[in-house]
Amino acid sequence: MRLEYFQMIDKVVELDLEARTLRTANTVPCESPIFEGHFPGHPLLPGVLLFEIMAQSCGMLLLRLHNYDRMAFLASVDKGKLRTFVVPGQVIDVFARLEHDGSGYARLKAEGRVDGKLVCNADVTLKTMPFPAPELRGYLLSTAERIGMPMGDAVIGTAERAGNLTHV
Amino acid sequence: MSTTFETVANIIAETCDIPRENITPESHAIDDLGIDSLDFLDIAFAIDKAFGIKLPLESWTQEVNEGKATTEQYFVLKNLCARIDELIAAKSA
Repeated sequence: MRLEYFQMIDKVVELDLEARTLRTANTVPCESPIFEGHFPGHPLLPGVLLFEIMAQSCGMLLLRLHNYDRMAFLASVDKGKLRTFVVPGQVIDVFARLEHDGSGYARLKAEGRVDGKLVCNADVTLKTMPFPAPELRGYLLSTAERIGMPMGDAVIGTAERAGNLTHV
Repeated sequence: MSTTFETVANIIAETCDIPRENITPESHAIDDLGIDSLDFLDIAFAIDKAFGIKLPLESWTQEVNEGKATTEQYFVLKNLCARIDELIAAKSA
């Protein structure tokens, strides 16, 4: 996770194209200028960045499902919950599921866990549109490669789905 | 069984916190009810789910922007409901 560059996703753990789900693993860095202000002596990952991690996981899932032919932009976050503190060094396991793929928008559910404990969840709406700039599509494709997004048809990962989104 | 209009009006009232009595078949979602594009995404989501359809918002928007259609054709509620009924019929065909 490179907070200053908004690179929130470290790697894809599981992608299920049929179930339209994605699981990502994301390690909060031990050091960042962000923690100098948030907060002195009590470093915490800002809650808005937990929403960003969920939104990016939702976005990467949607882009993959659309084969990177459209860009997804965050439009709204509903029922957002920040349930406990997340501190430097912790690994956030994010699970995203596409609930509805509409015309020009999509609704997804996402949740984040640390050591199996639910730390955040939200309903995320993404607006989709053609890529406004070709270099943006290239950047997203390179990001997909960096995080290990599978490009084939197979399901990857062995994580159990039991318990996913049970609190959403 | 509630009519398409009743379902849509209830969705709009609940989603946008608009008094149900202010919503009529003649209401224009944008001009009369003040619904913006983001709120309309929530309405579209609820309509898609309620009727099992996919409102073609993108093509409607494109038609309006290109001058091939007016907003009244899609966003006056009686017309919106007629489109929804067409989509439901097409799904069942």
